[in-house]
Amino acid sequence: MAFSIYDFTSFTQSVDKFLYDSLSPFWALIVEMTIIGLLVLVFYALVGLFLVYAERKVCAFMQNRVGPNRVGPYGIVQTIADLFKLLMKELIYIKNADKLLFNIAPFIVIIASFMAIAAIPFAKGLHAIDFDIGILYVIAVSSLGVVGILLAGWSSNNKYSLIGAMRSGAQIVSYELSVGLSLLTIIILAGTMQFSAIVAGQENGWFIFKGHIPAFIAFIVFLIASTAETNRGPFDLAEAESELTAGFHTEYSGIKFAFFFLAEYMNMFIVASIAATVFLGGWMPFHVGGWEGFNRVMDFIPPVFWYFGKTAFVIFMMMWFKWTFPRLRIDQLLNLEWKYLLPINLVNILVMAFVVLMGWHF
Amino acid sequence: MKEKILSLVPGAEFQENKQYVTFIIPSDKMRDLAMKLKNETEFSFDYLFCLTGVDMLKYLEVVYHLESTIHKHELVLKVRTAERENTSVDTVCDIWKTAEFHEREIYDLLGIKFNHHPDMRRIFLDDDWKGHPLRKDYVDEVNIVEL
Amino acid sequence: MKEVINLPVKNIEEEEYHINMGPQHPSTHGVLRLVISLQGEIVKNLKPHCGYIHRGIEKMCEKDTYPQIIHLTDRLDYLSAHINNHAVCLLVEKALEVEVPERVKYLRTILDELNRIASHQLWWCSFGMDMGGLTCFFYGLRDREHILDIFEESFGSRLLHSYYTPGGLLQDVHPNFQKRVKDFIKYFRKKIKDYDDILTGNIILQERTKGIGLLTKEEAISYGVTGPSGRASGFACDVRKHHPYGMYSKVEFNEILFHEGDTFARYMVRMHEMRESMKIIEQLIDDIPAGNHTAKMKAIIKLPAGEYYQRVEAARGEFGVYVVSDGNKSPYRMKFRSPNFSNLSALDHISREGKIADLVAIGGSLDYVIPDIDR
Repeated sequence: MAFSIYDFTSFTQSVDKFLYDSLSPFWALIVEMTIIGLLVLVFYALVGLFLVYAERKVCAFMQNRVGPNRVGPYGIVQTIADLFKLLMKELIYIKNADKLLFNIAPFIVIIASFMAIAAIPFAKGLHAIDFDIGILYVIAVSSLGVVGILLAGWSSNNKYSLIGAMRSGAQIVSYELSVGLSLLTIIILAGTMQFSAIVAGQENGWFIFKGHIPAFIAFIVFLIASTAETNRGPFDLAEAESELTAGFHTEYSGIKFAFFFLAEYMNMFIVASIAATVFLGGWMPFHVGGWEGFNRVMDFIPPVFWYFGKTAFVIFMMMWFKWTFPRLRIDQLLNLEWKYLLPINLVNILVMAFVVLMGWHF
Repeated sequence: MKEKILSLVPGAEFQENKQYVTFIIPSDKMRDLAMKLKNETEFSFDYLFCLTGVDMLKYLEVVYHLESTIHKHELVLKVRTAERENTSVDTVCDIWKTAEFHEREIYDLLGIKFNHHPDMRRIFLDDDWKGHPLRKDYVDEVNIVEL
Repeated sequence: MKEVINLPVKNIEEEEYHINMGPQHPSTHGVLRLVISLQGEIVKNLKPHCGYIHRGIEKMCEKDTYPQIIHLTDRLDYLSAHINNHAVCLLVEKALEVEVPERVKYLRTILDELNRIASHQLWWCSFGMDMGGLTCFFYGLRDREHILDIFEESFGSRLLHSYYTPGGLLQDVHPNFQKRVKDFIKYFRKKIKDYDDILTGNIILQERTKGIGLLTKEEAISYGVTGPSGRASGFACDVRKHHPYGMYSKVEFNEILFHEGDTFARYMVRMHEMRESMKIIEQLIDDIPAGNHTAKMKAIIKLPAGEYYQRVEAARGEFGVYVVSDGNKSPYRMKFRSPNFSNLSALDHISREGKIADLVAIGGSLDYVIPDIDR
């Protein structure tokens, strides 16, 4: 394969061999887990910082203004400054709140998004865990975030936080259905749930082109449903500033608020990377089946760039939504899911199954 | 129209040379006249576009500016009260709903109470404010600076 | 955060609770306190508490001379400052039977209409922001800057001008005025299509505003709701058409009437009114006659004894000035009939049985400015 020059498998295997040779198997495992944990942590923090900055700049350009440009050249250091400010803020404790739940809630949200990142492939072999039920794992783990939100709303001992958390909870639980079903459509096309196999299967064309109509519909539905899942964009009623409350994270201050904030951006990143992997080919360059010369040229761009480029494209679309559309009301939101997206999804699955059976895909 | 109103309310007094047709109505006849003015088709004064209170030193006055959206004629009615303290006039807020807020304002600033008003309390000033600022004899050392 | 205040309310049911949309809130556009009585998410009752910005303007007018009162009228509904000034000037001129030069009439009408466009632009951007489309805020303000620059060039201030004076204008407009207004009209005609693209045709906005906050024509007349909100319910109340002043009797424009009376109708009326204002300006801008910018007035203005009333069409409704004069240089009693006061009295009625999110939409569409309510 032409892109074997960018293959990380040999690198990771050599590190693995080195560790297992030098230490006992138990300690080697511990060291490996620590290394991966640290890498994921650092990656998480860096991507989070970058995304906050990107959002502020993108939204500023759409609104005909400039965005942060004082702190550092082009305002690059702005997010780090904000992080310092949040770290040094006073943590306000509520008297009648349930202390254990109040403190745990932000961590649960972060843990859920960590676990989801672990399963996504960044390049061939650059993969924390490679389950053969990869997609199922990611969907299951990202549902854990709801628990954190509901706990936050409940333990704040505040009527408005509770209302906001219930609204968020209802919204997320409903839209998970759509997310799962639209991913199911692609699983039917790919025939496997393992992430590396899905990406490998897109070698001669991304799934969104291979599966034409049903895959395209599934992509649109996935985009809408995942924007609603992460409480972003036109579906952010629960934390809207010009409505009555600030939602489930009203009572949080300082670093705990920073966690919720960061988790929202990281969820957006995860959802975008799932979309990029499953629909747009992950780290696979843009190949057209049969055009060998073209494919060789495309292979020169490293897969990591392809991956981040596609994810950035999807993230840009999500930011575009948020700054263009007004907000939906909660009943209209749930209406949209149960009366429109769910039936469309079900019909789409049938169509895709039919297409695969008859072999009408590329 | 002037004759019709004079016939309806014998005690009405017509004022000459005003911008609109103006009548002074005794305060006990005001409410009935208002009902008739709204409901009878030849009048159909359905739009109360201004409700003012004036402090003429000898008496207090409530001025109603009415217009009909169907016939396009205008009318001004004035109601004078006899005393300055503890006066009251009948409300018209069930006839023209805009009067609800305007009458609260007149009570707040001039001290004219309106009978049968659903919510007779001050609208701009605090509930426990003493005095009625728009009166000519209102003195307030703290808040008003005399030049 | 907003706390819950327990007020003694007459008919309180078991599950009702009160919420304070307090004086500081991003979507009440000013210092207005609404005590909302809710059952779940449905609004059962709404009591506005005004008076946070009551400055006693009517009492102050009794001590000021008429040219000084112009400065006070600016501060009532500051977004249609010119139009408020116009009312007092017309009243004084009619009482003294002074004929203002044609140039003054043309300029006053053009400036009124520019002010109306600016006010509607600000309404549009804050309405979009309340609905959640934050980008609209910046687009509206960006275009309003053009009008404010024109104002600043001619009379030095952007918002509170006090430019009209009984008898004419304080000083003549800048020589660039005509050209800049023409450029602005050309520019804004293109931009208003953007406004329609981003908000009017948006299905989310239409779902959130159609059928919300219904106000029938009889209720509008009874509550005295005038201006764009009244015309959206079918109440033909445009003072420019029915009691014309300035140059309005000589220009052609439509009175925009919708009959549904919901939030979307109030939105559409204002969008169309912006276009009508541009039409009026286009008809007048080329023919401004040369002449004096003011008529000859005495130094001290004393109105003859009597009562006078003048109505004009402000951006939000019918603005009226009622003066009782006893022959002095200050009025004996001056009353401002403010359009927002009457519009607010209808808020309770039309927001019942709706949700809280709808209340934000309704408040945005009624477009009240609190200093006008409190005077």
